Amino acid sequence: MFRLDGKTALVTGASGGIGAAIARTLHAQGARVVLSGTREAVLAAVASEIAPDGERVHVCPADLSDPKAADALVAAAEVAAGAPLDILVNNAGLTRDGLAIRMKDEDWNRVMEVDLAAPFRLCRAVLKGMLRRRAGRIVSIASIVGVTGNAGQANYAAAKAGMIGMTKSLAQEAGSRGVTVNVVAPGFIQTAMTDVLPEAQREKLLGGIPLGRMGKPEDIAASVAYLASDEAGWITGTTLNVNGGMAMP
Amino acid sequence: MSEIADKVKKIVVEHLGVEESKVTPEASFIDDLGADSLDTVELVMAFEEAFSVEIPEDAAEKIATVKDAIDYIEKQKAA
Repeated sequence: MFRLDGKTALVTGASGGIGAAIARTLHAQGARVVLSGTREAVLAAVASEIAPDGERVHVCPADLSDPKAADALVAAAEVAAGAPLDILVNNAGLTRDGLAIRMKDEDWNRVMEVDLAAPFRLCRAVLKGMLRRRAGRIVSIASIVGVTGNAGQANYAAAKAGMIGMTKSLAQEAGSRGVTVNVVAPGFIQTAMTDVLPEAQREKLLGGIPLGRMGKPEDIAASVAYLASDEAGWITGTTLNVNGGMAMP
Repeated sequence: MSEIADKVKKIVVEHLGVEESKVTPEASFIDDLGADSLDTVELVMAFEEAFSVEIPEDAAEKIATVKDAIDYIEKQKAA
């Protein structure tokens, strides 16, 4: 079950911990994967780690803060892979945290641009072909804070909540063509970012997670692989909360 | 039939997967050719691409039949 043989997937933000795990898992399930991100050297390293012989792995760097980059990326990915995209994973994102009363417009705008506008443009670009081919999977990586909110992340939480609303709309538009559009909303995932938290803060965080541990990038990747599979063909517009039980919306 | 009409017909046949004989000038995309709202948007985008014209939203809404599409594109091309 959940095999992706013969499918082609584009994963944005594939140089990060979660993105790399998603790419690795989709590849292990048999998909051809195109890795995108801004850091070309890191992408190349991830690609060679996934498949030292380069089989079914391609690298297409892109800076999604450029509004023209999304269309260009989809075109470049299809050329690199030599096949149309069956799966889009919107994983790229960034944070510019700060309490609202001190948040600058540029911090708000940058997060909206990269975390919400760019995924929309990528969806728009892949949907044209998916609708025509009567098949396709879009999985966007949001965040638990898009559902619960989080002090210091008004911009990020708004963008991620926006992603959930966008997904529900696209799911309704594309459903009649067999294209599904879903969200995975991770909770606290063990990454370089959370490794540096003070011990007391980590303890407090863990206390709020019924399953008693931080998430692993692989926990997110497995959910993405499932939603990208043929077997998930009757699930659309949903948000899969993968957070160890920290929030049960 | 004009070159534009031929090309429009071909796009409609290809896109909606209908028989060529059904694509008469009077045929309504939705009522006669089985298109849904997404098909009509896709058709308009296909016309835009094939004829290098821009069809604004308010004009696209008025294109209900094959003839509507041909007339609109011919007018744009003549202008």
